[in-house]
Amino acid sequence: MMKEKSLSGWRAWILAETPDSALQARLSRFYLSWLSFKRNPLAVIGLMIVVFLVLIALFAPWLSLHLPTEQNLADRLQAPSSTYWLGTDELGRDIYSRVIHGSKITLYIIFLVAVIVVPLGLFVGTTAGYFGGIIDKILMRITDIFMAFPRLILALAFVAVMGPSIENAVIAITITSWPPYARIARAETITIRHSEFILAIQQQGASAWRIMFKHIVPLCTSSVIVRLTLDMAGVILIAAGLGFLGLGAQPPSPEWGLMISQGRQYLLDQWWVSTIPGIAIFIVSLGFNLLGDGLRDVLDPTNV
Amino acid sequence: MSSIQQMSKNHNPLLQIENLNVEFLNHTGNSIRAVREVSFTLGQERLGIVGESGSGKSTVGRAILSLIPPTGKIKAEKIALNGIDLQKLSELEMRKIRGNKISMIMQDPKHALNPVMRVGEQIAEALRLHNNIARSEAKQKVLDILKDVQIRDPERVYRAYPHELSGGMGQRVMIAMMLIPDPNLLIADEPTSALDVTVQMQILAIIDDLVREKGMGLIFISHDLNLMASFCDRVLIMYAGKVVEECQASELAQAKHPYTKGLLSCLPTVENSNQILATLNRDPAWLE
Repeated sequence: MMKEKSLSGWRAWILAETPDSALQARLSRFYLSWLSFKRNPLAVIGLMIVVFLVLIALFAPWLSLHLPTEQNLADRLQAPSSTYWLGTDELGRDIYSRVIHGSKITLYIIFLVAVIVVPLGLFVGTTAGYFGGIIDKILMRITDIFMAFPRLILALAFVAVMGPSIENAVIAITITSWPPYARIARAETITIRHSEFILAIQQQGASAWRIMFKHIVPLCTSSVIVRLTLDMAGVILIAAGLGFLGLGAQPPSPEWGLMISQGRQYLLDQWWVSTIPGIAIFIVSLGFNLLGDGLRDVLDPTNV
Repeated sequence: MSSIQQMSKNHNPLLQIENLNVEFLNHTGNSIRAVREVSFTLGQERLGIVGESGSGKSTVGRAILSLIPPTGKIKAEKIALNGIDLQKLSELEMRKIRGNKISMIMQDPKHALNPVMRVGEQIAEALRLHNNIARSEAKQKVLDILKDVQIRDPERVYRAYPHELSGGMGQRVMIAMMLIPDPNLLIADEPTSALDVTVQMQILAIIDDLVREKGMGLIFISHDLNLMASFCDRVLIMYAGKVVEECQASELAQAKHPYTKGLLSCLPTVENSNQILATLNRDPAWLE
């Protein structure tokens, strides 16, 4: 009760029982979601990690001490010190600067995968769910075929065929990660398809495509977003795995998986070369997982 | 009566249905006949279809729009709108009829409006589906029709989401959405059964005004006999998918078919409010 009284002006406004405007109501709704999100400390940690990652990627040129590809053979395999905060690798490159620049690559991969995978999954899922019957069977069996393979193996096969590069790694990851989105979108579509408002718009003479993209897809997005954040950790791991196997980013790119791979021959004596990028991968995937869990609790009303 | 005579002079009635049958296949492969040999013609009048739950009255409405679940089959000698046989149209041509020429108001506005789309946008969509008009012009038309259905603050409702409206407002929005493309025929499928009694009369008055003003035909589907008698020109009484009786609404009290009589005697009236109400004794012969 004491706290209630000490509410400052903007909090009183945002938590008003009877909002004066639609904007206030919306902000209030958003703020309440934020409050429920905030109650989960792990989710907040996850969010902080992700925000931190984005900031590091944005300010990489200013945060790093050296260029990520700058070699200094005299200082190769130096232990962490005041000059090289996280040590140097076998070519005398500053690991701290490389890890920081590597965050850009990680975000680039995540972003591209998200941008391709969501529309693809939504398209396949809503088409299958809306039309049903034979179309549904065909699309879902194709989805099953993709899901039958372990993700990394399938991605490996694709990259091996297309040739190693970051872009091909992105395509390979996309190809292996759309099926769950199609499944989610299909399940949601089936529950929405028979609602009265879909019947109402059908009676208005709307075409199937219009109904799917204007009326069904917006209702599928929240569950897809939750799935996406939960999936991000997996995407990072596969991208790193491909880099590690030499099928993703190519040297001298400061991609984390690639850095681990290059440092593994020095693992016993110069542990930092592999371990530092490994820790970076670990922290970032943990961050996305925690964030995804937190978002699911907030966005998914069926799971309260 | 006069309207029917006028229509018979006209070469094509607004809607002509002959021998409409709708069958649904169930899981065992047997077919269930939801609508059996229904025939009627409709001019610019208000036709009521009454019947108990499951008597096929809503299915008739949906069959006219050829929008029934995929397990169902429509068989009819004729479903003609202004002389055009709707059964011969392709799906694409049929879409141009839906909403544009024939609109349907549904029972529950709470479920019949897309929860994540602004009301104004939904009404405008109904208009823009059939007319190639600019966004700003569409908005003006939406605001006008919202005023026509007696919404006091159209600007606010335009921007509102369906959950921000009351049931009565939702149904008015629904009516606005169905009327904005200016259809020739309006099918109202129990438009007031999800609403409070006090709001019901307002909604009916709005439908009545607009139907008169725009010269539309109206098929009013309901199970409320009193409402029918006061609101419609002509009434069809359906039982188990069949039209058992057709009469003028004003003569409903003098109905001849035992089912209609039975239904009427089930209604409490002010005079006999103390008596035990009659229940319906179903005669298998009605099914024939």
